[in-house]
Amino acid sequence: MTNTQAIAHQLAEVLTRYSADYLEARLEESQSSYITYRGRELDSIGRVSAIGGNVRAMVKGAWGFVSFNNLNELPGRVELAVKQAQFAGSEESQLAPVEPVVDILSTEPDKNPVVIPLAEKKQLLDEYNDIIWRTPKLQTSMIGYGDSYKKVIFLNSLGSYIEQDRADVILRLTAVATADHEVQQAVLSLGSRGDFSLIQGLHQPVEQMARHAVELLSAPQVKGGEYTVVLDPVLAGVFAHEAFGHLSESDFVYENDRLREIMTLGRKFGGSQLNIVDNATMPGLRGSYKYDDEGVPATKTYLIREGKLVGRLHSRETAAKMKEKPTGNARAINYHYPPIVRMTNTYIEPRSASFEELIGDIKEGIYVKNWYGGTTSMEMFTFSAGEAHMIRHGKLAEPLRAVVLTGNVFTTLMNIDGIGNDLKMNQGGGCGKGEQVPLPVANGSPHIRIRHCLVGGR
Amino acid sequence: MEQILAQAKRVAEEAEVFIVSSEETPVQFEANRLKHIQSKQSSCVALRIIRDGKTGYATTTELGDSQNLVNAAVETAQFGTIAKFELPSLTRYPEIEVFDPEVESVSIEEMVKLGQELIATVRGHTPDIVCEAGVSKEIISVHIINSRGGQANYRQSVFGLGIEGHLIRDTDMLFVGESESSCHPLTETKAVTEVVLQQLELAKNRASVSSKPLPVIFTPRGVASALILPLMAAFNGKIVLEGASPIGNRLGQPVFDEKLWLWDDSTIAYRPESRPCDDEGIPSQRTPLIEQGRVTNFLYDLQTAALAHTRSTGNGTRSGGGLPTPSPSAFIIKPGDTTFDEMVNDIKEGLVIEQLMGAEQGNILGGDFSGNVLLGYKVENGKIIGRVKNTIVSGNIYQLLKQIIAIGSETKWVGGFIQTPPLYYPNLSVAAK
Repeated sequence: MTNTQAIAHQLAEVLTRYSADYLEARLEESQSSYITYRGRELDSIGRVSAIGGNVRAMVKGAWGFVSFNNLNELPGRVELAVKQAQFAGSEESQLAPVEPVVDILSTEPDKNPVVIPLAEKKQLLDEYNDIIWRTPKLQTSMIGYGDSYKKVIFLNSLGSYIEQDRADVILRLTAVATADHEVQQAVLSLGSRGDFSLIQGLHQPVEQMARHAVELLSAPQVKGGEYTVVLDPVLAGVFAHEAFGHLSESDFVYENDRLREIMTLGRKFGGSQLNIVDNATMPGLRGSYKYDDEGVPATKTYLIREGKLVGRLHSRETAAKMKEKPTGNARAINYHYPPIVRMTNTYIEPRSASFEELIGDIKEGIYVKNWYGGTTSMEMFTFSAGEAHMIRHGKLAEPLRAVVLTGNVFTTLMNIDGIGNDLKMNQGGGCGKGEQVPLPVANGSPHIRIRHCLVGGR
Repeated sequence: MEQILAQAKRVAEEAEVFIVSSEETPVQFEANRLKHIQSKQSSCVALRIIRDGKTGYATTTELGDSQNLVNAAVETAQFGTIAKFELPSLTRYPEIEVFDPEVESVSIEEMVKLGQELIATVRGHTPDIVCEAGVSKEIISVHIINSRGGQANYRQSVFGLGIEGHLIRDTDMLFVGESESSCHPLTETKAVTEVVLQQLELAKNRASVSSKPLPVIFTPRGVASALILPLMAAFNGKIVLEGASPIGNRLGQPVFDEKLWLWDDSTIAYRPESRPCDDEGIPSQRTPLIEQGRVTNFLYDLQTAALAHTRSTGNGTRSGGGLPTPSPSAFIIKPGDTTFDEMVNDIKEGLVIEQLMGAEQGNILGGDFSGNVLLGYKVENGKIIGRVKNTIVSGNIYQLLKQIIAIGSETKWVGGFIQTPPLYYPNLSVAAK
């Protein structure tokens, strides 16, 4: 038994002693390493180790939360969390009932990327950087690599005790090209649930990315306005996440009567082809897990089925208040924070259209690929493409500079009139909500076509 | 910490230990009601060594685990960059007040009362708005020692309050909000609620805008959400050194409108971004970046400054526990002489941009930006007539900051890290539904 496990067992007994409506604790041990390059040279390389934990208490509908990375004096911290909750609480505590779980998930030490020698990681990044620097007209490059492995022990006053681990790998490469005070950049972003081999062998995409940055210097900027756009699976995945995913997170909805009216199950958001799913039970993706950070088993949840709102993502509290079933979507980025409702692996289900069918009858439109980022205000959202091409008379035409697209959740989903047959999951992104960023998630989609999409430009 | 330094000195030519600890107490309101009271303790120790001329680096949360920390730093030093810099020896620091003991003694009850006051004022104006509010206090302490005798210790207090309101009518959503922070306790909520009430007033009516170039006023929040990120990158000494800053080789040249003055300042008393020294123990200073439209300086940490054959500007910052890297402390744009009302009066047809969404997703280095006007208003014949929606604007900050019509006289802190007046620009590309 490790020291942290021993502390957890003592804590389990402490949790039963206090008179809160609900109490839980999480203890984490993590290791990580990172390597960054700026330009030709390595910029930073480091190792991080951390131990920490938190206690969360619910009394009369309010939460107390204490986080720490000093594991001494834990009973005092439990007492403080209970006191805080007592001070804030004034209503009835509501948490959807779940069965207590005792589960010690067998760890997969072979999937721990942190123990791979730094020399091996550096070797791979050197190869990628060499490829970028072989590209003519390139000004500079940036590479950010990071990996982590963490073990989390969860326990609560219902008697749950869960040990889980999580490994994560991220890699982001940026190529920067310049000419006459003009600067253009292209980005390649990847990730995996700890599997280092998934970021190996990318020599060809890295070369394409570097060439693309140079191409952008001579590419025109699109004229702003409404276009028919075709999104590649990567960008369409970001679209699913931003355009609808965040609105289905119930913590935003559950205490807002107006929003609950808008988000009534059965409301039509899109055409009958459209299915959007959040699924933490898919094996081996960055958004996958067996139990969420409240000890609730992960589920596959249809958010939109045949264009209609059929489900949403819940914590135990939002599920109880909305009288729905918990979905196991309460996640915390680390022990500094309490869990909040988050997405996991979110995707649009594939249909039958081929790429050629999607662009075939477009007279003038835009094909957008890859992503810089995306953000939402629930009603309106933006997402930006790393690569774009005009579509003219059903064929891909000249390349364009990066474009930002914007939409409105109540109209843009309705305007999806073509869904491809080529679902791909992308793991290169992290999701931000409040202060908790970046949370590992995966997004995916086949190619999709959207009519009347508003595009920014000159 | 002396023990870590001593252990590190046995295996390295130079060593530096950096410890930061913090105690934070956030009080949060959800859906108009008190929902969370939290207490967050954290501490982290970072060890930087120079071994065989190369930099090694490791961090941990476990202060007792010094041998593992030293071993990890030694491992990374095999691959580290060649250290070109010299750690500072014992230095006198400017007296910059960033700690007010009163912050520590603000009670939870008082913090709850401030939150309730924020919500009551906003709901008094618009009863059906749903508010989230937060009040927080934090005490941070920083200790640095190094093998050249350098030593720095300081404590900082930060108090913050803010509110966000969501107003939903059918499928129309309006988001308003404002926040404020200081090293002193904040006892008044009026400065924050006045801004929110004004946003609610101006957004009452809806207006539509046509797709064409239009004159635009960026409010201080608009400046922060649309224009600042590219500037922060452009003045970063590291990006300059790589040749990726569009202004990197234009030191002394008139790149911007001659009305524009910008500086970085970590010496203002009782501001949360201020501090006596940076995270490498280099004294804080005020660094002019743009004077009368001319580029005057870039921001440096020790290593980047050594590579660029210049001196650190005291901007070495460790974000997320990483190695120090140049980062702005607080960007300040000098106010001009035109009032906001005079700017609005001057416009026949145009926009006021209060919040742009997605502007940070474009080609930041090149200065291109494009974003959805999350909160913005239409101006017609010198008057704000209502809120615009489903509107996207695009431009390039280098073109924009070259031809400003006017700089506002009313300046304001936004998000803690920038103080700016409104900026008035003649023609920005607008596309709308």
